[in-house]
Amino acid sequence: MSQSSKRIRYVLKRLLQAIPIILAIVVLNFFLLQLAEGDAVDVLAGEAGSATPEYMAELRAKFGLDQPLIVQLGVYLKNVVMLDLGYSFRHEMPVSQLVFDRFIPTLILMSSTIVIAVGFGIILGLIAATGLNTWRDTAISVFALITYATPLFWVGLMLIVVFSLNLGWFPTSGMENFAMFYSGWDRVVDIAHHLVLPTITLSLFYLALYTRLMRASVLEQQGEDYVTTARAKGLTERRIVFVHVLRNALLPVVTMAGVQVGALIGGSVIVESVFAWPGLGMLAFEALFSRDLNLLLGIFLLSASLVVAVNLVVDIIYSLLDPRIEVS
Amino acid sequence: MTFWKLFARNRSAVMGLVIIFLIILMALTAPLFFPADPFSLAGQPMSPPGENGFLLGSDSLGRDVAAGIAHGAKTSLLIGLLATLVAVFVGVIMGALAGYYGGFIDNLLMRATEMFQTIPSFIFAILLVAIMKPSIESIVIAIAVVSWPAVARLVRGEFLSLRGREFVQACHTIGMNDIRIMLAEMLPNCLSPIIVIGSLMVATAILIESGLAFLGLGDPNIMSWGFQVGAGRTLLRSAWWVCTFPGIAILLTVLAINLVGEGLNDALNPRLRERT
Repeated sequence: MSQSSKRIRYVLKRLLQAIPIILAIVVLNFFLLQLAEGDAVDVLAGEAGSATPEYMAELRAKFGLDQPLIVQLGVYLKNVVMLDLGYSFRHEMPVSQLVFDRFIPTLILMSSTIVIAVGFGIILGLIAATGLNTWRDTAISVFALITYATPLFWVGLMLIVVFSLNLGWFPTSGMENFAMFYSGWDRVVDIAHHLVLPTITLSLFYLALYTRLMRASVLEQQGEDYVTTARAKGLTERRIVFVHVLRNALLPVVTMAGVQVGALIGGSVIVESVFAWPGLGMLAFEALFSRDLNLLLGIFLLSASLVVAVNLVVDIIYSLLDPRIEVS
Repeated sequence: MTFWKLFARNRSAVMGLVIIFLIILMALTAPLFFPADPFSLAGQPMSPPGENGFLLGSDSLGRDVAAGIAHGAKTSLLIGLLATLVAVFVGVIMGALAGYYGGFIDNLLMRATEMFQTIPSFIFAILLVAIMKPSIESIVIAIAVVSWPAVARLVRGEFLSLRGREFVQACHTIGMNDIRIMLAEMLPNCLSPIIVIGSLMVATAILIESGLAFLGLGDPNIMSWGFQVGAGRTLLRSAWWVCTFPGIAILLTVLAINLVGEGLNDALNPRLRERT
């Protein structure tokens, strides 16, 4: 079999493996919805102010809520497949539309965070490992230890106090300045300006994680035989680190970046609600306040699917970086 | 060398232990130094630290920030510890069964942990607390639900490698029953990694709890550090101290527990220490 058709088969196989996980999450979602007190009709009745029991029974029949659980589950599954995630009575909008509208800002925040956290994590980890037990290593390790223990929301608030309120360098909240009616390049710059503090906040925790991982990974690679060979060949330390060790040490960091995406989405709920960044996390925060469970479940489903998708992409990148993976 | 000597070689771990003792002491003595309800009005609102008899200032409702921190210590430690105990308990049972019996149970468990690795755990915790209504119990359950798979995976791995060892075969030979082999023979052999992962889990649980409380999902009747920061965020411009000090308390506690966890790891797994 040729190399490329093998690769396509691998991608297809991974795609098929992702389906049962998504399905399980949808079923979990359905049962969480059942667990909650009251159903959509109770919410509707509450919104309307009053409703007779007969009217509520009629509504339940209309929505299929009087059917057996298994039938309801079937209907729910069908709806999710058709991208119908229910209705948010608070926003008077279908959940799917709300969720997709808020998806882009979260994607922007997460991409910039991953780039910063992975990029700087790799650099710092490399510096720490190559200067093992020097002051650089100690300083970086202490930094990683502290940021690893800091609650995200607190970092965000402290950054606002220092850089927004006292120094006035960055805006305190939001994604762009609507009052200015920026367009084109100006708008991009405006959004980037708003993006700085949320990105730093969300990056810090993961930066610590990737730094520690990269440091350990480089140290492990330095003990391998090929490094001894390279040294015996008379290669400079610089060449050994940058040409030989670096690319091998990167693999576990790439894997971890994929695994951590779920945690990153959780962190973005906090960061977005601190900076009023209009993404999925902020939407979840609003949904919490208005007790909009349908919306919360929709966000949960979308974010879980996002993690599956990202892991898929990471696996595919991984198979490109390390051809040995495909064969097995 | 004894365990304590090994542990004491790691100076930062000892420092972490001292900090934890101080925080426990603070939690225990909170009713002595701050006998009043930490939610009650204690004096002039918005007092800066050191003024009007407030060591760390007061918030917009005149609540004492220092009293809140002292009483909040109990909440953080209690929830962190309880959630970890539940998670370790469930994780050990699931992991032991899967690792010991293999087959169907193992398959099921691995699929479940795979799913839990995919689910954004903090959002799942938010959902669970929101559905069950915020209370100590629901917060503990939510944190335990998102934390147990890590323990289960670890214990499963340990049991898988212990299963074929001679002492286990010997137990089979003398007719010991499965439960006794698992509890009395195999489990003591994998206590060290469980203790290490458990201690680090307490730190994570405290961070999750503070995040939930910050978002307004804390138990409304109990003072907690996350709640204090959340309540103070609207006062950032005028009263920076309301958010700042409880945050430092969280940071110190989590840092200290992580240091102790790493110290335990070094002391209990001497082989690992040589590697890094």
